Amino acid sequence: MNPQHDDRFKMSRRELLLAGGSSLAMTATASDALAAPAETPTPPETVSKAKVSLVVNGQPQELELDTRTTLLDVLREHLKLIGTKKGCDHGQCGACTVIVDGRRINSCLSLAVMHEGSQVTTIEGLGQLGRLHPMQAAFVKHDGYQCGYCTPGQICSAVAVLDEIGRGVPSHVSADLTARPTFSVEELRERMSGNICRCGAYSNIADAITEVAGAKA
Amino acid sequence: MKSFTYERVRTPAEAAAAVARIPGAKFIAGGTNLLDLMKLQIETPRHLVDVNGVGLDRIETTVDGGLRIGALVRNTDLAADERVRRDYGVLSRALLSGASGQLRNKATTAGNLLQRTRCPYFYDTAQPCNKRQPGSGCSAIGGVSRQLAVVGSSPACIATHPSDMAVAMRVLDASVETVRPDGQARRIAIADFHRLPGDAPHIDTTLEPGEFISGVTLPPPAGGTHIYRKVRDRASYAFALVSVAAIVQRDGSGRVALGGVAHKPWRVDEADRQLPRGAKAAAAALLAGAKPTTNNAFKLSLVERTLATVLTQARG
Repeated sequence: MNPQHDDRFKMSRRELLLAGGSSLAMTATASDALAAPAETPTPPETVSKAKVSLVVNGQPQELELDTRTTLLDVLREHLKLIGTKKGCDHGQCGACTVIVDGRRINSCLSLAVMHEGSQVTTIEGLGQLGRLHPMQAAFVKHDGYQCGYCTPGQICSAVAVLDEIGRGVPSHVSADLTARPTFSVEELRERMSGNICRCGAYSNIADAITEVAGAKA
Repeated sequence: MKSFTYERVRTPAEAAAAVARIPGAKFIAGGTNLLDLMKLQIETPRHLVDVNGVGLDRIETTVDGGLRIGALVRNTDLAADERVRRDYGVLSRALLSGASGQLRNKATTAGNLLQRTRCPYFYDTAQPCNKRQPGSGCSAIGGVSRQLAVVGSSPACIATHPSDMAVAMRVLDASVETVRPDGQARRIAIADFHRLPGDAPHIDTTLEPGEFISGVTLPPPAGGTHIYRKVRDRASYAFALVSVAAIVQRDGSGRVALGGVAHKPWRVDEADRQLPRGAKAAAAALLAGAKPTTNNAFKLSLVERTLATVLTQARG
């Protein structure tokens, strides 16, 4: 039998990713079980839950969550918005960057229950296939990625960076603190330093953002 | 992460009372440091008191012409405030040299003061650390200590305080305003807010259990040229090896504080007196009694050279 002609073997990329995730989880559970001493079973931890309502990409969401759930895990695991990526899960890489109430934040370092009433915009909310956000289109045009894993965070961050410059927020490299900051590649590189690209696509990322900044100016 | 219960409070007094009442409770505001530590089970609060709803998110002019910064003012907003940029440039510069844009959007004024050390052994739960587990020993002494303290350390701990903002506040003679669990307010000079490690490095500050930071007050502007110079292993988004916060007047007098060298923002009165004589004299006063490790002895000359650059820049 040729598996390509059997519907049972057809999987979307998302299903494949989810299945891959659960097999990884099983591996972790099995090795944890091996590592734990058999005589001292850990008592089951009481899970504390809380309710939160927030708006994600314009859609109101009412959730009851384990209080430990980060905003990142809500987006990916509960709302299945898997565009936002988990890189380091410690605020060091920027792959999880989303825009909350108009500001970019690391969604991995924010508890979902602390976002009552928040307006969250993820990469899915910036644009869609066929109607890309100008920043998404510029990343495509300038080849601002290689593996693409950091890209949603880079794009959300870049959109917010242009807004920050527009609102007059200074940066470490702004020469005159009292002047309004203006866009430059130096400014852009400093402001984007919270988004790491392990492939090193930085020069193309900078070109993409510069093009959008020029169009806005 | 260990499980915890969660509540939101509306006033500083409610916040302080909640943390004092519930064993293992902690305040959470921006959460950028606390959640990181909770994921690693270095911090394991059983109850979180979310203080984001208490207000305290404004910067106001005080009657004497200084500024009162609410505890919940975000680092981005403090750095971007017109009055801070004009009159307290060293503070804007320090904030902008720290963390990333994403983190500064979340991190608060009080949270920045309360952040924990980034000593690698504090983060590595497989290693002894007196700050994480009192009495377990210090792995940094004799270990990898390139980033760590050269002055004010003890045989129990050579951790540094990671904040840039606090170094600028130290040179500005800021005060920390608090509310205690019994509702009483008090004011702590920034010089007395962070502790030296001594034999109790697990205690970072002089706050009492449940005591809540309501804000930070800056005295009237000191004038002069404000400079914050940070030396680090990469050009952006890294903790300081050495940083210098300085306010230098036209006549060469001024004040100086250091980051990246001690368990707290480091300022020595004698160094301010020596400042007109130049970087060598001021650095000698700042580093009197220094006990570097072989890994971080380079910080002694780095302090003097960074200070020399700052004084040259101040002369314009």
